[in-house]
Amino acid sequence: MRVLRRGTLGTLGTLALGGFAILALSAAPPLSAQEDAAAAGKVVYDRWCAECHGETGQGDGSAAASMLPRPRDFTQALYQIRTTGSGQLPTDADIRFAIENGLPGTTMPGWPNLTDGEIDDLIVYLKSFSRFFGQGPAPEPLDFGSDPGGGPAAIEAGAAAYLTMLCEECHGLSGRGDGTSAPTLEDWRGLPIRAADLTEAWVLNGGSSVEDMHTRMLTGLDGTPMPSAIDAMNSGVVSPDEVWQLAHYLASLGPREMPPLREVIRVGRAEAGLPADGEEEAWAGVEAFYFPMSGQVVQLPRNFAPAVDGLWVQGLHDGSDIALRVQWNDPSNSPDPNWDEWQNKITAALDLDGAEPIALDSAGAPTARPPDAVLLQFPFEPPEGTDRPYFLMGDAREPVYLWTWDSETGVGAGRGRGLDSVEPLGEDPVTGEATWEEGRWTLYLRRSIEVESDGLDFAEGAPMPIAFQAWDGSSAEVGKRSSVSTWYYILLEPPASSTVVVTPLLAMLLTGAFGLVLVRRAQDRRRDG
Amino acid sequence: MRSHFWNRSAALLAVAAMAACGGGDGGSSEAADDAGEATPAAAAVDPSTVGTISGMANFGGMVPTMEAIDMSAEAECAAGYGADGPMAQSVLVSEGGLANVFVYLSEGVSGAPAASGAATLDQVNCRYTPHVLGVQSGQDIEISNSDNLLHNINATPTENRGFNISQPRAGITSTQRFQVAEVMVPVRCDVHGWMQAYIGVVDHPYFAVTGADGSYSIANVPAGDYTLTAWHEEFGTQTANVTVTAGEMAVATFDYNAEMMGAEVPMGDALVLEHGTNRIRVERTQ
Repeated sequence: MRVLRRGTLGTLGTLALGGFAILALSAAPPLSAQEDAAAAGKVVYDRWCAECHGETGQGDGSAAASMLPRPRDFTQALYQIRTTGSGQLPTDADIRFAIENGLPGTTMPGWPNLTDGEIDDLIVYLKSFSRFFGQGPAPEPLDFGSDPGGGPAAIEAGAAAYLTMLCEECHGLSGRGDGTSAPTLEDWRGLPIRAADLTEAWVLNGGSSVEDMHTRMLTGLDGTPMPSAIDAMNSGVVSPDEVWQLAHYLASLGPREMPPLREVIRVGRAEAGLPADGEEEAWAGVEAFYFPMSGQVVQLPRNFAPAVDGLWVQGLHDGSDIALRVQWNDPSNSPDPNWDEWQNKITAALDLDGAEPIALDSAGAPTARPPDAVLLQFPFEPPEGTDRPYFLMGDAREPVYLWTWDSETGVGAGRGRGLDSVEPLGEDPVTGEATWEEGRWTLYLRRSIEVESDGLDFAEGAPMPIAFQAWDGSSAEVGKRSSVSTWYYILLEPPASSTVVVTPLLAMLLTGAFGLVLVRRAQDRRRDG
Repeated sequence: MRSHFWNRSAALLAVAAMAACGGGDGGSSEAADDAGEATPAAAAVDPSTVGTISGMANFGGMVPTMEAIDMSAEAECAAGYGADGPMAQSVLVSEGGLANVFVYLSEGVSGAPAASGAATLDQVNCRYTPHVLGVQSGQDIEISNSDNLLHNINATPTENRGFNISQPRAGITSTQRFQVAEVMVPVRCDVHGWMQAYIGVVDHPYFAVTGADGSYSIANVPAGDYTLTAWHEEFGTQTANVTVTAGEMAVATFDYNAEMMGAEVPMGDALVLEHGTNRIRVERTQ
């Protein structure tokens, strides 16, 4: 039946076997189209979905315990990404949206490998996990009205609506998910869940467009603390236009797409001198490079639910010193007792992959509050060709030079021979400090470009490999349970005079001269002719 | 001050419990009056066929101490409490009576009048009023906010569809319903982690919530043999067999003590009911 419904093979088979096959099929008890699709959907599900969502659809597959948020439990039919009202079932198109696009910010990827037909079948099968589907009329999308348009005035009105709706209680004044209630948020399972960081819209699981954000506000995200604003709107607390303006404001809080990945941090020469700290206005004019981070999953204990998902890096040099500014969003300024409960819940919720959980005292408070930390690594010896040390803090053969910072001990330097082996370097040429404000760390680092006593020299014009690691203390990230990046490069640009400006100018002059010569010749020839 | 507050709470709870009984308490329901229509149950009741079940949830021995709630983040709410400040509400005992016990007929009911009128759930000084609410399946639940600040009402049933609605100002009302019986549906506010309410949903109007003095009364129950179940958020469930005789009052009493703390508390799942008297039972389906 299945094959027949789909086409070629069935058609060939029917042609080959003629009337006999048709008779045989019609004699068999006919499966309904729904059962047929569900059976086909199960094949797709078992192959691609069951490892996380579990064979029985309860979101308890073998990989689930190391994930936060957990995979969807289909038996409850609680779908975050819908176009229907709070608590309502999703439409088939809603489920398709999540399968095709994935849920950014979670471990759910998009599935471009699945055909439209396979997704149709899969939707039928997913719905069969829950008795809620098939009861009552088919779910209908809400009426979302129409967007009155964006622009500066709309964004300003939206910013006011953000405060009227008290979004900052969870999402924070700057939208980085650092609101007063953020440390206590739980999903429907009682597991800790982050208030979305609205400044990194590309990790919003329902999409980053104005329309997406508007939809999420009116539908809420079922199974999470994010409520539907629809009764507030219908009560006149905000007008329908103001909800759209709020969506425009949210979309203005940061890039909507993940910044394009660039391999090389270009460190320009600061003609006016280096900024003295991470707060100076001069940084605003310096290009920022974004580096995505992922959990350390190579060595045990692994981290499948990393808290820090990316860093922004800027650099300047003045010919003798280099200054870097590293910024990343972290709603908690660890160690902070306000996040004790969060830390305890993370520890209890996650499979720590063999890591020792932080013990609790008799009052239920954690016996340790790890700091936030970031680490920059460079090859200890000048690199030859494209050879680079092992990206997880080097190894015995090729150690790495580390610039370390944590929120308790500040900035330091070390030599790394692998994740287990870090030796502090006493004579410490790196200085700096970090500040935390409204859910964002700003780390300022400074050092001489060339130091006699160590092997780390940032020669101008020679790309130096650089890689990062990060930890969020309140998410109980310590040791190997970190976020890591791969190797990139940092390049100190030589003084602007020699190559960058002069060469194009010379080229222009030469081209112009050559052109003049050609024109003159042509004119001469015409005159001669 | 504190006892004054409790008395006030108790009065509110009692009113709310009576209101929540809908048709069960003979038409004195404010909610039904607000809805502007007589409750069909009250209209249909023939007094010669019904009786009343009433009784007490008694609490013996030491009363567990309730923890203080830190409401410093919401000064507007904290100001609504006396010098001792707000305390947790999970075990409220007054003169030997245990409040907030949801008592309902769990077996023996055959047919019941449809739901009518609306039950109400308010948010007052960053707490739910009432803390425990009974409703009939399909009955409107009008949820309002008396606090001029953000609450979200996040109901997480398992038998019903839930909802999660924001009310960022005073004066907003949301109307919700649960379609099938479910004891209990937890309700919480994610902005204020201490805010917790429970809604008991049953298929008939024969339920009550014990008031501040631990008493309850279920009126207009058709004569017959029933199992009565009492649910409490800390002490789990107890059952009693009752026989209702027309025109008379049947009495069923439930006894509690601190040693019952930590009992498994049925939530969401449909209960498997056994016959027996005053035993805590914790079985669930599946």
